[in-house]
Amino acid sequence: MATVGTSAASSAHVEEHEHHEPQSFLRKYIFSEDHKTIAKQYMFSGIFWAIIGASLSIIFRLQLGFPDMKLEWLRPILGNWIDSSGKLDKEFYLALVTMHGTIMVFFVLTAGLSGTFSNFLIPLQVGARDMASGFLNMLSYWFFFLSSVIMFASLFIETGPASGGWVIYPPLSALPQAVSGSGLGMTMWLISMALFIVSQLLGGINYITTVINLRTRGMSFSKLPLPIWAFFLTAVLGLISFPVLLSAALLLIFDRSMGTSFYLSEIYIGGEALPNVGGSPILFQHLFWFLGHPEVYIVLLPALGITSEVIATNSRKPIFGYRAMIASMIGIAFLAFIVWAHHMFVTGMNPFLGSIFMFLTLIIAVPSAVKAFNYITTLWRGNIVFTPAMLFSIGLVSFFISGGLTGIILGNSALDIQLHDTYFVVAHFHLVMGAASAFGFLAGVYHWFPKFFGRMMNNTLGQIHFWFTFVGIYLVFFPMHYIGIAGFPRRYYSFTSYDAFQTFGDLNTFVSLAAILTFGAQFLFLYNFVYSIFRGRKAPLNPWRSNTLEWTTPLHPGHGNWPGEIPAVYRWPYDYSKPGAAEDFIPQNVPYSQTPESNLPHENALIALEKEIEAQNYNDQFKQPH
Amino acid sequence: MSEVVKSLPVFEEPEETMSMNPRKFILWLFVVSIIMLFASMTSAYLVRRAEGNWLEFEMPVVFWYSTAVLLVSSVSMHWAYLAAKKDNFGALRIAISITFVFGLVFLVMQYVGWRDLVAQNVYFVGNPSGSFMYVFTGLHAFHLITGLMVLLFALRAAFRLKIHAKNLTQVEICMTYWHFLDVLWIYLFGFLLYFN
Repeated sequence: MATVGTSAASSAHVEEHEHHEPQSFLRKYIFSEDHKTIAKQYMFSGIFWAIIGASLSIIFRLQLGFPDMKLEWLRPILGNWIDSSGKLDKEFYLALVTMHGTIMVFFVLTAGLSGTFSNFLIPLQVGARDMASGFLNMLSYWFFFLSSVIMFASLFIETGPASGGWVIYPPLSALPQAVSGSGLGMTMWLISMALFIVSQLLGGINYITTVINLRTRGMSFSKLPLPIWAFFLTAVLGLISFPVLLSAALLLIFDRSMGTSFYLSEIYIGGEALPNVGGSPILFQHLFWFLGHPEVYIVLLPALGITSEVIATNSRKPIFGYRAMIASMIGIAFLAFIVWAHHMFVTGMNPFLGSIFMFLTLIIAVPSAVKAFNYITTLWRGNIVFTPAMLFSIGLVSFFISGGLTGIILGNSALDIQLHDTYFVVAHFHLVMGAASAFGFLAGVYHWFPKFFGRMMNNTLGQIHFWFTFVGIYLVFFPMHYIGIAGFPRRYYSFTSYDAFQTFGDLNTFVSLAAILTFGAQFLFLYNFVYSIFRGRKAPLNPWRSNTLEWTTPLHPGHGNWPGEIPAVYRWPYDYSKPGAAEDFIPQNVPYSQTPESNLPHENALIALEKEIEAQNYNDQFKQPH
Repeated sequence: MSEVVKSLPVFEEPEETMSMNPRKFILWLFVVSIIMLFASMTSAYLVRRAEGNWLEFEMPVVFWYSTAVLLVSSVSMHWAYLAAKKDNFGALRIAISITFVFGLVFLVMQYVGWRDLVAQNVYFVGNPSGSFMYVFTGLHAFHLITGLMVLLFALRAAFRLKIHAKNLTQVEICMTYWHFLDVLWIYLFGFLLYFN
């Protein structure tokens, strides 16, 4: 029984929903409470940030690949960050890597990925009219927007944006004397991130509430599509870990602005002692990585969820090990919280403690391998349809495996001491978390584009985009492992002063060229994306012949998603190529009583329950319960 | 083998989706995030304390009294809920107002506690043991102010007769949040006493 209808306040709310068409332009497209519009806002913002973040990486790749190159031609954009000799400013280089990391991890792969697809798919796939609270959802986007504006503005201030690395370790980030970016730039970074955390919490709370409370009739947890499971667990991870980042940031703000000594102790600058005594910089690392590690899975799990759906649909086969997929995601989510210290093996921690964290870290290989094998066994002997979304999903599985293997190496505390903060780490996490999640995002955009905009993207262009990106990313990050094993530390401005590194100079040039190629290929996607929004071929209602509920909505669903009743759900979402069935897919809202030719014995027994499912409460937020 | 598995009876029943009010559920999730905020703060406290160089000082006596005031405000909040349940509007308004006033008194007493700390030469800027004290009490006070705002909304609704026996959601949300802030303070106070 839904309690919504009993209150006078919410029946007023209901009337508002029934009579609000037509809305003003502002309410419909800007300050919208419709989850589909908010999802699009997140998508456009995410793509915007992705372009910025990738461009920054191209600038520092130019420096790394061509250390003698004159970058005078960048002066119109970068101004005085190009110094008088035509080279990139050394401090600005640090700002570039910092902002690349911050933007990509938080603004693109957290907000852009989760924000787009959790918002869009949760109500559509669980069968809800909208999120539990449209207002909080709108608030979540606008907090993110404000946070984006501040972070973007910090790119243009005179002292430069934050430059202490995306992990903002104190004392580097706490003392403006350390590097010019630790002045105003760092302050703006912290304000922006505090707003970002608020936005993530508001969004995540909504996702969890919607998944738990607003599922349609018959949509039990054992019938939820896997993306929803992934988004749900992602939101739980965020809810538990983002407040911890907030407290880490809060204490850092106090240290920076009010003179407290949470993280600072006995620091001498120019021979003069700072007044701060008694703090511990390691404390910050503990707090930061308690968020930082779950953050990796906040970035990756939605991509894995999207991939599960896309691979099952385009293999025309049920996902292999549906329950194992859920269990492994729960396992990964749980382990995410107890492995954070593997980022801190070289902080002088007790080696015994290190070996415990190493052990816990290596256990993550088990659920990850379950997922990888399940993807492969789903593909095995399927009638694979190579849509761009499918190609990107397979690419994700490839990155997940090749990047995950190096994770086993880095998770060993003894090996990590050698490889810590080298390009080996950079290669590892770019493959397993960066590229894999980006592929999840791209797969999602290609797959659900017809639902977003009612039009199709160009298939051929999508496939060309995939091959350039896929090959390009391997060309960038595979050689990077060798550079790392050779001992190149990350975040260094140049390696030209060391003879030992000379032999790898051309490898760095190669990596930079590959990065430029990969970056260039993304404009194919951008063109395809923008063109298809306006001129793409009109999409059929269910272009991929998929089972989930979003494909039962009209081509351009209004606010409320389904014009009539919300459909009830009778079966799991992966009835593809079921023996005996007329078609090779049976959507979730088709009752077993209509498919006697393909039912298994226990499913015939479920026919009796259909009446009960239909008699259940509609769970419809916009209407009174019956 | 597979024949045996297929012949096993499957007791699957259609389940109702969860029937908790979404707004109450949202509140509980907020509570979880606040718990995580303070859990991380108190663990940071323990980690830092274990490293030594820790200033020890007397807990201001006024914090004992403020704890009592907050406990009383929780009782009056519960009274408000019972009054709303019985459609006793006069008592409801009085009870919410009492809760609000006691909340304010609590904040004033926390401020007095800070002044006592300063009198003991424990400052916000200095040894982290003192800084943490101000951060804990300050963050709790900030959340209590948000609780006061929730109370104000409830009071407004009470005057507009929008809270009654058949519409308890708002007062229940208000009560849950207020009790939570109470429990949170008792946790922080006990924690600070024990790990001084």
